[in-house]
Parts: sequence; C-alpha cells; structure tokens
Amino acid sequence: MNVQVEPAKLKAKDFASDQEVRWCPGCGDYAILKAVQVALANMGAQPDNTVFVSGIGCAARFPYYMATYGFHTIHGRAPAVASGVKIANPDLDVWVVSGDGDSLSIGGNHLLHILRRNVDVQFLLFNNEIYGLTKGQYSPTSGLGQKSPSTPQGSIDAPVDACTFALGCNARFVARGIDIQAKELGHVFTRARDHKGASFVEIIQNCIVFNDDAFAHFTEKSIAKNSQIIVKHGEKLIYGAASDKGIRVKPGAFELEAVTIGENGITEDDILVHDETNRVLAGLLVAMKPPEMPVALGVIYCDPATPYEQAVKAQVEASVAANGVGDLDVLLRKGSTWTVS
Amino acid sequence: MNLQTDPSKGDTPDGGQILDTDTDSIVVRFAGDSGDGVQLLGGQFAQATAVDHNSLATFPDFPAEIRAPIGTTYGVSAFQIKFGSRMIKTSGDSPDVLVALNPAALKVNYKDVRVGGLIVLDAGSFTERNLKKAGFEVDPRGDGTLGEYRTLEIDISALTLEATKPFDVTQKEALRGKNMWTLGLIYWMYDRTTAATEKFVAGKFGADSPVAQANIAALKAGHAYGETAEVSGDIQQTRVSDVEFPAGEYRLVTGAEALSWGLVAGCRLAGLDMTFCSYPITPSSPILHILSKLKNFGVTTFQAEDEIAAACSAIGASYAGNMGITASSGPGIALKTEAIGLAISTELPLVIVNTQRAGPSTGLPTKTEQSDLFLTVWGRNGDAPMVVLSAQSPADCFEVGIEAVRLATKYMTPVFLLSDGYIANAAEPWLIPSMSDYEPFPVSFRSETEGFQPFSRDDETLARPWVKPGTPGLTHRIGGIEKADGSGNISYDPENHQRMTDLRTAKIDGIAKDIPKQAVELGNEGGKLVVVGWGSTFGPINRAVANMLDAGLDVAHIHIRNLWPLPQNLIELLGSYEKVLVAEMNNGQMLTFLRSQTRQDIDGHLKVTGQPLTIREVQDAIRARVQN
Ligand code: SF4
Repeated sequence: MNVQVEPAKLKAKDFASDQEVRWCPGCGDYAILKAVQVALANMGAQPDNTVFVSGIGCAARFPYYMATYGFHTIHGRAPAVASGVKIANPDLDVWVVSGDGDSLSIGGNHLLHILRRNVDVQFLLFNNEIYGLTKGQYSPTSGLGQKSPSTPQGSIDAPVDACTFALGCNARFVARGIDIQAKELGHVFTRARDHKGASFVEIIQNCIVFNDDAFAHFTEKSIAKNSQIIVKHGEKLIYGAASDKGIRVKPGAFELEAVTIGENGITEDDILVHDETNRVLAGLLVAMKPPEMPVALGVIYCDPATPYEQAVKAQVEASVAANGVGDLDVLLRKGSTWTVS
Repeated sequence: MNLQTDPSKGDTPDGGQILDTDTDSIVVRFAGDSGDGVQLLGGQFAQATAVDHNSLATFPDFPAEIRAPIGTTYGVSAFQIKFGSRMIKTSGDSPDVLVALNPAALKVNYKDVRVGGLIVLDAGSFTERNLKKAGFEVDPRGDGTLGEYRTLEIDISALTLEATKPFDVTQKEALRGKNMWTLGLIYWMYDRTTAATEKFVAGKFGADSPVAQANIAALKAGHAYGETAEVSGDIQQTRVSDVEFPAGEYRLVTGAEALSWGLVAGCRLAGLDMTFCSYPITPSSPILHILSKLKNFGVTTFQAEDEIAAACSAIGASYAGNMGITASSGPGIALKTEAIGLAISTELPLVIVNTQRAGPSTGLPTKTEQSDLFLTVWGRNGDAPMVVLSAQSPADCFEVGIEAVRLATKYMTPVFLLSDGYIANAAEPWLIPSMSDYEPFPVSFRSETEGFQPFSRDDETLARPWVKPGTPGLTHRIGGIEKADGSGNISYDPENHQRMTDLRTAKIDGIAKDIPKQAVELGNEGGKLVVVGWGSTFGPINRAVANMLDAGLDVAHIHIRNLWPLPQNLIELLGSYEKVLVAEMNNGQMLTFLRSQTRQDIDGHLKVTGQPLTIREVQDAIRARVQN
C-alpha cells in the first residue's frame, strides 16, 4: 500500500524533528523520547511509515518532536484516532503516546477498547502519577493521601494500577519500564513493536516539577536493585544487588512472596521461572509493590492473537471474494423494482 | 430523481381502470400492538402500492420500548401510508382509514381520523381486559366515542384462527397471522393482488413450512372476506388510478438506505474507500447496519465503544487517507462535538450524519424533530465554522450523501448532513439513478515533496493539502493546538491566530460560490408571503403552498438545503417578500438563525410534537397571514 523507500539505516537523530523540545528541564520525558528514537533507529524503522498519535498532556507533545508522521489529538481520545488510522491503513506503524490522566481518567474507556480489540499499536503510557500540564492536580494513579492543589487534605481516591488495568482489558502484551533505564526501555520498545496486536507499555516517568521523587522508593540508586526485578521469559525471577533474591509461590497460599536464596533453606530451585504467556502469573507480577516485593519491569506478558485490523481486512476480503467488487448500479436495483415506460 | 420534489403533475387520472370510486389520494394508518407485525404489514402494502404505479409516502411510528407490555397504549406501533394518483409529498395529515388491531391502538389513533373516515376494528381484541389496559372506562364502540366515524367491526382474531386451523401451528403462531389477514382485506379494498406478499412469506419462512402456509391462508382469507363483505354492503372497493411517473426503473427507498448508498456513491466518485465509524443509537443505527453489509464496496464499518470514539476513529481514518464518516442522533452528536472541532482545526475531511430526533437529552428517541440546527451550525467551542447540509426526503438523502463527500474532500472540512427520524424510516418511490449520471470528483493526495507545507492552501478553495501517512518525504505533524499559517507548527502568536481563524472562516464562506443558488420552489420571486422550510418539512410545506396558490393566494415556498454556508442570494431573495414565515419542527431555530442574518421581520410556525408537520396546519398558517 505504501511506497517504501529503500530502507537506509537511520540514526536516532534522524527521528528527531526540528522542533525545540519544550518539556521542563529534568523531565523524565526527555529520556523516553531519546530511548524511542534510539530504538526506532536500531529496529530499522522508517519515518515515512511511522505515525505517532497522542492525546493531551505533557506526554502528548511527543509527536511534535518526532520526525515521523504525527497527530496530536484531543484529551483521552488518541486510542480512538489511532484505531481509525490503523483500520484505514494496517501497513502503518502506529504508536500511541499518553499519560496517566489521558489514558486512565478521561480516556479510560478508549484504552480499554483498543486493548481488548487488540489493534496493532504500541501504546506508551507515561505514568507520573500527577497532572503536569494543568499544574499538579492528583491523577488516577496518585496514591491515597497525595496532596495536590485539588486535594489539599490529601487524595481520598483509591488509585488504579496501569498494568493491572491493561491485563483486565485482555491486553496481549504488557510491559513496564522506567524513564531513566534507556537500555531496558529500548528492549521493551523493540519487543512491543515486534508484537502483532496492541502492546501496552507503562513507563514510570518522573515529573520533576509537580511530583518529584514519586517513585524514589524503588528507583533511588541505592535501593533500586533490591526493589526492582527485570523479568525475562524462561528465566528465574531472581533480582537484587547480589542476585540473591527471588520470587516464589508462597507455600500453602495463592500468592507470590519475595525470598532470599540461601536463607531459611531456600534454594534456586524454589524460585519461579518467568512464563510471559501465563496471564495469571502476569497478574500477580504487575501487582507487586515495594517494600515487600520488587516492582516488576520488562515484558511481563506476551501472548499474541490476531490483530483487530487484520480481522477487519479479512472480512472485507471475504466479502469481495464472495460477492465481487460491488457495483452500485446493481446494488441500487437489488430487490423489488418496477419499470414505468 | 426525487418524486417528492417534482412539481405536482396535477390530478388527472391516466384512465386506469376505475371500479367503484376514483380518488386521487388516500391515507391509511395501520395500528396495533408492537408485537402485531404492523410495520411488516405496512411495508408490504407500500411495496404493492408502489408496484401498482401509485405515488406514495410512508410514516412508520413505533414506540421507544422494544417489547412494551402487550395491550398498553405505549406499546402501540403504527404505520401510515398516503398513496395516490398525484405526486404524494407527505405521509398525509388525517387517515381516511384506520385499522386498529386492539383497543389501545384505537385509543391512541382514532382522534386523528378525518371526520367520516373508516375505522376497521378487530372486534375479537375488544375484551374487558384489553379495554381496561388501553384505559377505556367503557367500550368506545357503544358510547358514541366513535360517532363521527364509520366503523367496521370484524373479529379478525377469530377469522385468522379459523383460516389457519388446517395447519400445524400453535395458537400463538396462528394469531400472529392477524396482520396478514388484515393485509389481505386492505389489498382487496384497494384492488391489489396478494401474489407478491405470498412470495415474500414463502421466502421468509420457507415455502413448505406450516407457518408460511398459515400466513398465506390468513392473507387469502382476508382478501376473500372483502369480496363477501362487499356483497353485504359493509365496505367498498376503491381503485386509485396510476400516477404518470416519468419513465424509468423505480424502487421504494427509505432515507436510511438512500443516505447509506449516497455516501458509498460519494466515496466512489471521490475514488476513496470509506471507513464508517458509529455507535448504536436510535434512529441512526440502520445506516450502520446497511453499510456493514457493503464491505465489497470499499466500505469498512467500525462499531466504536462510544460516540466520541466513533467520531475520533473516523477522523483517524480520514487522516490515513480514507473517507471517514460517522453518524448519530442528537445526544450522540453532542458527544462528538469536541472531535468535530479537531477535524475543523486540523482541516481533515469528515462527514457526520445527524439523524435528528426529539430532544433535549434523551427526548423522544423514536420521534422526529429538527431541533439540532443550532447544535450543528453553531454548537462548538471556539470559532469553528463547517458545512451543514440537510436532506428533504428519503430519496434526496442519496444526493445529499454525495454532496457531503464532495464538499468534505474538496475543502478539507467536516460536513454535517442533517436527516431526521421521519426521513430515515419513511419510504418513497425513487427513480433509480445511474452512476454514470454523476461527475466524478477524484481526490488527489499530495505526494510532491518540493515546497511542501502541511498548511499551505489552494488558491481557489483555500483547502490545505491532504497527505497520506506513508507518503515518502512528507512527514509532518498536525494537531488541535493553533498552527502557524503554512508550516503547521505550534504557534501561540496572536496575529497568527487571528489569521488562521479568518482563513478557516473564509474557506467555509467561500463554499457559498460552489453550491446552487437559492431557488424558489413554488410561487413567484417576490410577493406577499414566502414560507421557508428546511429538511423533512419540504413535503407538507410544498403541498400546502401549492394548494394555497391554487386557491389564489400570493405565496411562495423556499426550501433551504445548504444550512451553512447559506446560499449567497438567500437573504436578498427573502427581502423580496413582504412577509417571511418559517415553518419548522423545533422551537424557532431557523427563525432565530435567519433573524441573525437579516433585519427583516420574520415569524414562525413552530411545532414540537414529535410528529411531522401537516399540510393543513401549514395552510392555516398561510391563511392567517395572507388573504385573497
Ligand atoms: S510538568 Fe512534569 S511531566 Fe510535565 S513537562 Fe514538566 S516535568 Fe515533565
């Protein structure tokens, strides 16, 4: 459908537009932008065939900074616009960039449906647990008690967990990364793009202005290794600065627990092997919270199914195969007609 | 093409065989419980009437509830048809004949019947229980309630059961044949044969099935009853002479069908595939149903998760290079408003069909109204002009559908296409057009990289270039934030915002040069009174004005089809009349709208009962303003 230019090997800077990036200095978005540009270059993506669609919020400015096709739409509706793009032209490589307010509050419905339909887009949700662009109100991912201009006494809304929500929507690919972990993010982006169907990626993003250090309890350098686990399909769920911690099924219970290998008779054999096709395990992994448990990162769930737009295309093709290309003059005369002479 | 828009051919019968009486038009209303199959009965009768070369218009009127409790007044479903030997322009004011299949149907409808009209009742359904459910304290057949009308009581229930006895069907299935029995009788009354319906029933249930046989037996029994009854003098057979239709091939078409096909035709003429994105809503859903069966016509349909997503995904499809179309009704349109603003700001083509219904809020979902004029012309945040078109009849929807796609693609703009609940469901005979009669308007996508600017403009149309993502060398970004003139980059520059606002306005205003001049439908240019209408009120206004012209009054009819931009000559044209009367099915929206465009004194005949305007009320409104 698209005229492909000879795929020349591009560099990350070839994916950067000429527009000045206008996020606050020190915003986590810079690192994500860079990681996306690097990943696209490494994957051999073509700017002409790539579309970034966004809603409203700090993260939603993303398309302006990409030297690709881009559509900055309206608050919460990027998944709906992206679905239309993909249905109309399945050959395009479509990315949605969104934030926690955009996708889990005003646009929660559209996130639900793009995931359960399994439209082949990469959905990047920048989660900073705050409304940045509107100057700091609490968001649907903000924790209980979060103080903000609209919650001077602290938030009384129970937060939603982005990845748990995605799994509940029947997403077939769920991953999580952190803004500052460029290498791991790049790996997640590559996997997300390779995955056929909706790929949901939550990116923990620090808003230095309105919610600085919201994630410090697991991203702070000194504790990061003991508070995070990067999961890999087929490998043991082992983590920690000394690689001595692991996740196992708590004996006699249907839950996970963090254990230390070598303590209380625990050996490596007790540690679970990550199976990214196991939805139940994925549900347990995404729900792990510090300090008791590490935060799960990497590709947590991946179990492909037919992408929506392919099924749409198949129905169109089946209709043409069964009926031939439609002739309007015939259609208008179908059924009961009569002739006046 | 659209017979309802053709000037009256007059009342001269063409010499068709006349039996007992000849009459130029008849209005029949069938009414019964929503489970009685009244719509099917009406549809079959309309088909037979059309095939018999009568002109006709129909008005299905059904309850909002899918299965309202049996026998209640709010579960009554009705189907009205006007047919005749002259061009029919409305589904009729007052029924000449009412067929009431239960007391509730009688209760809801009898007052509409013209004095002296005939009411056919299913006597078998007039049990004490049913009378009570319908809210009759005493049986209306005996207390003079129906004194002004002729009544014909037939125990249709019993006769249907009798006729279907030989077949292996349950009592419930047998009773469902009541509509067929009634249809048989009405066929006899208007000298129509039962063959086509027999074929239809056999096709629906399978020729050998007992249900089909029972239904056909009921149909024939009803027909035979007419012949016998005539002998006893209860009813008469009436022959309505043929209309002199222009030569050609005809079909019956509803507004929903013609609109769907018109949009497909528009896309074909533009050389585009259609992505139709919609969310179920009454009375707009039939468009989604029809288009979802046309996938081999380059149509993709998408039932979105909500109205907003429907509009947004259509915008996404247009952005990707298809013709994005969405459809809904009042409350759904309100939800799409923000997305429409995005299409205006990013200057992408989009067609939004609004099958209007009575509002506000949920209003009366199955009843017609034309009260979304403000919503569509003015109802957006910011200065957000766009094209608004309206269809005047079921068949006209085909033409307007094509025009909507033409303007959307030529000017890179969203276009509102206003239909309404009446037009969507009503059927009329249609001289089927040939696609070769239409001039194609192929879209050319920008592929030239040299000098490309996403918001540069065509000198003549002021449209910006349409670029398909995937086109080499033309990557660019668009969005709802104000864009710099030309480059399309984000711009907060005050002067640029003024310029872009002016450009968007000028682009839409300029379309006035590309649409037909406002014509006078009937009567003279200039004079004492002009009746102005838009949308589905065309029929009653046109007939009323025709009748008043016949009566010697100085009156004219102007029908506004292009609601925004308005035809360039409209205001001047209105100025040539001493008085302007707007007749519309809302509380004065076109009235206020026109008053905002001119200082002329304009008044209105306004109605919001959920029912179409009647010829009589428009005539009365004319008579109240001009005398001979
Ligand atoms: S407000 Fe926060 S999220 Fe937004 S750009 Fe500034 S630092 Fe980043």
